[in-house]
Amino acid sequence: MTLTEKILARAAGKARVAAGDNIWVNADVLMTHDVCGPGTIGVFHREFGRQAKVWDPSRVVIIPDHYIFTADSKSNRNVDILREFVREQQIPYFYDVIDDPNGSWKFDPSQGLLNRQYGSQYAGVCHTALPQKGHTRPGEILFGTDSHTCMAGAFNQFATGIGNTDAGFVMGTGKLLIKVPETMRFRLEGKLQPGVMAKDIILHIIGEIGFDGATYRAMQFDGSGVSTLSMDDRMTIANMAIEAGGKNGIFPFDARTAEYVESRTRLNGTKSTYEPVEVDADQTTIGEWVIDLDRLEPVVACHPDPGNRKQAKELGHVKLDRAYIGSCTGGKTSDFVEFARVIRGRRVVIDTFGVPATPEIVHDLRRTRWGGRTVWDILLDAGVQMTENAGCAACLGGPVDTFGRMNTPMKCISATNRNFPGRMGHKESQVFLASPATVAASALAGKIADPREYLSN
Amino acid sequence: MDSKFTGRVYVVRDNIDTDQIIPAQFLNLVPTIDEEYEKLGSYAMYGLPDSLYPVRFIADGAMDTEYSILLAGRNFGCGSSREHAPIALGAAQTQCVVAEGFARIFFRNCVATGEVYPVECLNRLCDIFSTGDIATVDIDQNTITHVASGKVYDLKPLGEVRPVVDAGGIFAYARQTGMIPKAV
Ligand code: SF4
Repeated sequence: MTLTEKILARAAGKARVAAGDNIWVNADVLMTHDVCGPGTIGVFHREFGRQAKVWDPSRVVIIPDHYIFTADSKSNRNVDILREFVREQQIPYFYDVIDDPNGSWKFDPSQGLLNRQYGSQYAGVCHTALPQKGHTRPGEILFGTDSHTCMAGAFNQFATGIGNTDAGFVMGTGKLLIKVPETMRFRLEGKLQPGVMAKDIILHIIGEIGFDGATYRAMQFDGSGVSTLSMDDRMTIANMAIEAGGKNGIFPFDARTAEYVESRTRLNGTKSTYEPVEVDADQTTIGEWVIDLDRLEPVVACHPDPGNRKQAKELGHVKLDRAYIGSCTGGKTSDFVEFARVIRGRRVVIDTFGVPATPEIVHDLRRTRWGGRTVWDILLDAGVQMTENAGCAACLGGPVDTFGRMNTPMKCISATNRNFPGRMGHKESQVFLASPATVAASALAGKIADPREYLSN
Repeated sequence: MDSKFTGRVYVVRDNIDTDQIIPAQFLNLVPTIDEEYEKLGSYAMYGLPDSLYPVRFIADGAMDTEYSILLAGRNFGCGSSREHAPIALGAAQTQCVVAEGFARIFFRNCVATGEVYPVECLNRLCDIFSTGDIATVDIDQNTITHVASGKVYDLKPLGEVRPVVDAGGIFAYARQTGMIPKAV
């Protein structure tokens, strides 16, 4: 069996499953956020009754992160709906925006968008917060009401996005009927060259197989090259399985996975036992793609879809209005560090926005020093507008007052993961997806640029 | 839901993602709150760029669409897992989406909610039909008929999800099959 089949078989209590089987599986964790949580709770109440209890409060993780730093009253209300549900159900893992469990959330626009407006429990973007807070474990099944839930596949688990109705079902029963996906195998070999990042690997793969090339399928990333990739790198790759239509992305388990998971579960006091899965020699896949990491170059997924891949060095004619670094896939500490490596000592020539995915990343960037300056200050020196209000921000547009949102038609290069029309705001705007290094180089040039030009000197 | 219906067709191309079906700024609306459900419907397909789709799916000021059949190319519903997408279509009185291909989560959400029928077609119908044409979709016979020309095109059978759709969604199906108790 493949990694995905092994996890699904275990969760279904079966010795074997095969692609195409429809099976009921037990969920280990259900995650929801402020955009889909209120609707999921609505479905749960409608179907199981107003007095119903969730199947296991310690397995429901609720992370407000999408529409937080906005004056939109419905968005603020949605965080309050989550808080009320958490109180009524006694859910221990709720990463609230405010500290008062009986309070209500109201964003204060008069304080501006840059300065921190959250309390001590707020965790930021759900997919980045889940591992940081010790909720990702090898061999487990994670369902989340968000398509990028597949990011947790980096930790050798089955993780996939579901809708509110399915999530309401899981909330009440702890189970879900799913179809075992076929597995596509991506064998990563070698090592990335300087200036080339994990984002380039996944944009390259999506470019190869197409925006719907993995529809209904599992994307398994293995091969000797995996050991050269950090957990952040693996998260970037697994995160974007959905951009090829994949049901999940999954990595093998190794010492790095163990180290990350063990330190995070210990730090947060979450469940620390787990059972990883290994690749079988006789696994059945529907194809194997070998990716030679040494030969990859910086790439860009051009407007209007994530499969529209071109070489960064060939796009120098594309003039830009804006650059953006942030999101679950591109707003991690290592992303900002690589961004800073390119931008350090220079100035951006277009509006450039930086949104760390989580408060912990804000803290890291403010603490990590490089030649006497913190990474945060290096970015500010270069003219990047950095906000402390970690979250999804303009990655998905959001309410009109969202930090970095494109409210007029413009061209933006972004370290995020999705570029369909209107994704970051205005529906006539254009988004170009690239690695943090390529975004940095392009912010310096005012047009799409290859980051290697800025690393050699 | 009726399994045979006739209505006006609205045609879109490949890769219509969930942001075009229901733009992110409207995700502050909660589908299980009645008036917000209706509101979601009025914004269905609002994210289609005006430059590519000058005829709008929902007329200005209207709450529902005049087009009960949405006809699309490849990868319809790609992008986010937001259930607001099939719900917006259903709330706008769309009965079915006929596409060359669907993104997985959108397809699943259609089935789980029972809001709209997601049906795959075998031909590139978005090149054959035009917005405003009248068509008849027959889910039992797996056909779509272009009424003016009388031409009939095959649809893929719903197959294994049909029982879930017929039951009325994942909850009804689970009750029918004994996975969860019948009455709550
Ligand atoms: S950062 Fe972007 S992709 Fe990630 S969860 Fe938020 S909106 Fe989705």
